[in-house]
Amino acid sequence: MRFAHIASSLIFLAFGPHLASAFEVEGNRIYAAPNGNVTLKIISTADINVFEPIILEFQRAHPTINIDYVIASSTELMKAIYEEDAVFDLAISSAMDLQTKLANDGNAQAYSSNATDTLPDWAKWRNQIFAFTQEPAVVVISEAAFQGIDPPKTREELISLLRDNPDKFENRVGTYDVRVSGAGYLFATQDSRNSDSYWRLTEVMGRLNTRLYRGSGDMISDVASGRLALAYNVVGSYAISRLADYPGIRIILFDDYVNVMLRTALIPRNAVHPTQSGMMIDFLATLNHSPELTKLTSLPPIDSAQLQENSAARPIRLGPGLLVFLDRLKKENFLANWVNSIEQE
Amino acid sequence: MRFLLVEDNIQLAKAVVDRLALDGHVVDHAADLATAQSFIDVTSYDLILLDIMLPDGDGRDFLATHRRNADRTPVIVLTARSQISDRVGLLDLGADDYITKPFDFSELEARCRAVLRRQGGAANNTRHFAGVDFDSFSGTVTIGERTEILRNREHRLLEIFFATPGQIFSKSYLMDRLFSFTEDVSENAIEVYIGRLRKRLEGSAAKIETVRGLGYRLVEQS
Amino acid sequence: MKALFTNSSIRRRLVFQLSVIAAILSLTFYLIVRVVAEQAATDTQDNILAASATSIADALYSERGTVNLELPYSALSMLGSISQDRVFYRVIVDGETLTGYTDLPDPASFPTPPNPAFSTFDYRGEEVRSVAVARSVSSAGQTVNATIIVAQTRLSLAVISSSISTTAAIVGVGFFIFSTTLSLLAAQSALSPLSRMTQSIKRRGPHDLSPVKAKLPSELVPLVAALNNFMSRLRASLAQSEDFVAEAAHRVRTPLAIVRTQAEVALRRLEKPEDRRALRQMIRAVDESSRSAGQLLDHAMVTFRTDHLLTSKVDLGDITHDTCEHLSPTAGLKDINLIVNIPNDRFPFVGDPILLQNALRNILDNAIKYSPPDSDIHIAVQNDGHYKISFSDQGRGFGDTNLNSLTKRFSRGANVSDIVGSGLGLTIADEVARAHKGRVNIRANMEGPGACVSLILPVV
Repeated sequence: MRFAHIASSLIFLAFGPHLASAFEVEGNRIYAAPNGNVTLKIISTADINVFEPIILEFQRAHPTINIDYVIASSTELMKAIYEEDAVFDLAISSAMDLQTKLANDGNAQAYSSNATDTLPDWAKWRNQIFAFTQEPAVVVISEAAFQGIDPPKTREELISLLRDNPDKFENRVGTYDVRVSGAGYLFATQDSRNSDSYWRLTEVMGRLNTRLYRGSGDMISDVASGRLALAYNVVGSYAISRLADYPGIRIILFDDYVNVMLRTALIPRNAVHPTQSGMMIDFLATLNHSPELTKLTSLPPIDSAQLQENSAARPIRLGPGLLVFLDRLKKENFLANWVNSIEQE
Repeated sequence: MRFLLVEDNIQLAKAVVDRLALDGHVVDHAADLATAQSFIDVTSYDLILLDIMLPDGDGRDFLATHRRNADRTPVIVLTARSQISDRVGLLDLGADDYITKPFDFSELEARCRAVLRRQGGAANNTRHFAGVDFDSFSGTVTIGERTEILRNREHRLLEIFFATPGQIFSKSYLMDRLFSFTEDVSENAIEVYIGRLRKRLEGSAAKIETVRGLGYRLVEQS
Repeated sequence: MKALFTNSSIRRRLVFQLSVIAAILSLTFYLIVRVVAEQAATDTQDNILAASATSIADALYSERGTVNLELPYSALSMLGSISQDRVFYRVIVDGETLTGYTDLPDPASFPTPPNPAFSTFDYRGEEVRSVAVARSVSSAGQTVNATIIVAQTRLSLAVISSSISTTAAIVGVGFFIFSTTLSLLAAQSALSPLSRMTQSIKRRGPHDLSPVKAKLPSELVPLVAALNNFMSRLRASLAQSEDFVAEAAHRVRTPLAIVRTQAEVALRRLEKPEDRRALRQMIRAVDESSRSAGQLLDHAMVTFRTDHLLTSKVDLGDITHDTCEHLSPTAGLKDINLIVNIPNDRFPFVGDPILLQNALRNILDNAIKYSPPDSDIHIAVQNDGHYKISFSDQGRGFGDTNLNSLTKRFSRGANVSDIVGSGLGLTIADEVARAHKGRVNIRANMEGPGACVSLILPVV
């Protein structure tokens, strides 16, 4: 899937501008604007099919800005900017903790405008990190596998269900491999903060020989294909965008709490075109003004009202708290615990 | 009429006395306030002419005392001062009129007459001559049933003639009495007033006669 | 400063000085509030930093011979809960960095438990406030020292202190305005005896030169003594100038009177027309000079008195009537009729009666002088919004003379060389009119020959 995108890119990775870079790039595409005279370099964790409509719409409004869109995983993005001082004008990532660290450690520059002023306080930090989507962590189930069974409404119910039906769920539960997925690690650490049941759930999933994934996309297709009965902590926006393609899946939002991840953008300290970066941030911050575009990208824009409707929704808070799980010892301990729980042979 | 002149300048006083005598007035002269007071104590006057600056005091103080004693005798102040240099007006002190030195005798006469007329008190001022009744106070001439009011100069001219009927008055004398020195008039101007008086006296035996080379006189025609 | 005060009022001086004091107080207030507020904000940050560092210290534990740390979520999130400041930390165990920002500098002075050590320094391009706490941990039978450093940027401190500074500045300015207003009132009240004294002196009018006897604060006693002394000297000097003018008049006029009288007596004895003409000319010359002298003295007196008008309530009708009465014998000498038309109305006015009489007498005297024998002079008093006292004669008028120039000193009509006059009559009238906020209007008669001179005064 991802390979297909790379193949369709205008420029192959091998000929890309980041040849000498040590960080790993997953794809790259240049969007030449009709009257392009500057090139805005974006490094992003979002797949091109998710972000392309935004780029095209942005260029309609700003026909002089070419866009060089580079896709990387959140850890590679971190590496590029934090360690290698790679030159980008905008860094877009769903890994809120890493974005926070970039800003906290002085790798971002401040920006503010009328558009960013309209963002709620929880959707920005230090005028350096700006959230533009709110994406819940959901459970995706296969309707076929849950025939005759009530889908769980809380984590406790899920634990009981898995514990009581090992035959049904053995090898058929999927979740992120938090060792390799930034989003997975973020969801897991937030779970561990929010509820004591997380570690019990992890242990139960460990006993069921749970499959581990790098990304939401593969989990969703495996649920759709029937390989998995249930996938835990899937990025909701991806699931919603696949609903039409896979009629056999269902999305469940738990009643106890739902982690809401914010996809954020920041302007790196060494950005060459911070003015154009600001324009893009303004454009992203006002995504909720363009419902058609939202439909195309299936990225749910920032909407306080919608969050208030669901009392279980817990947007992950930007700020120094996110640095805690990036602490070397903390992370080592967490991953050690997680591995212990999930890998029970 | 009996006048009292209080004036310390002897020459000026003498001239005033002489001039008023021409009209038949009797004038006593006092050179200081003490003398004036001694005169007033024994005689009553029809009019007092009072100088302000006198060797033994201020004429205004005299005037004030005079008025406090409820003496109604009219007073004309002769002053060398400017009226506005006095913080208290002379009239407020009880003077009936004032005249500023140096003055024209005609004007002094006129003022005396005016004050006396206002006082209105003097006894009989009517003189009779040749069927003419001349009231020198009101300036009227009555011949038979006809009474005429004389104009000022006619009045003054007739007064001169009535004072001493039959006496010849030269043109220049009459001129001096009738015209102020500020008026530049020829001696013939007097003939105009003689002519007017003759008209006034028509219907009576009184005539103003021309004495060739000498002047005019008032006579009774038979 | 001195120059600023030399001509300035006591009130301004007082208000200025009180305002300076108020400004100093306001500024002091502002600075104190700022310092205290900043101290309070720093203390708040220090307390949270210390709590954060202490909670990290408490989370240190020893496991299998090594010191480990379970960094508490709240240790850093509490720092994020009050501000959006950047947060750095470092945990040093036995001289080695266990975790955190390895380049975060060692504390300037190592803390002695349980007291935290605070310091402020620049880190990663921003000023940070840092706290270091120490703790000893037992590990494998040994005691190792651990130091926990937590640092935070001071953005929120700057925000808080600028917001407090703004508030303090507003309060300071408010205090300044308030106290300046109070000082204005205080100055007013302190100076009220002075203004009362001023009022009482103003009220008494120009001719009252008696000593001031008001009850006054002791500070004003020397001033009032000086004022009274000055007024007594002024009184003496006024009396002297008036006496001088009166004396001058007397000295000039008495000899003229004698000369004139004697000339008139002599005239009666002269027969030759040429001798008589010469003597008449001499009398005219005497008249001319005495009249000029009189008008000069009058003019001096008018000028003197217009500076200190001795006003009282008068009736312009009465004054006009008196003036006409006084001059009617003079008019009579020339068979001139004064036709006086004064309505029965009152014409109340506030002015100097002697000056007004003098002005009217000068105008009427002029009219009589320039009128031919057997003519009429019409005198009228009217009130048509202004008081107008007009004198119209049947004389020769003013010919081609510029009417405006007639009120100038010594200016005479172009056609009057044959008549005795000094040219001061209308000048005197004009000056009196101006001193009473009025004017003299001169124009040719509407019908027939002659001139019409009016004294116009405002209705009060």
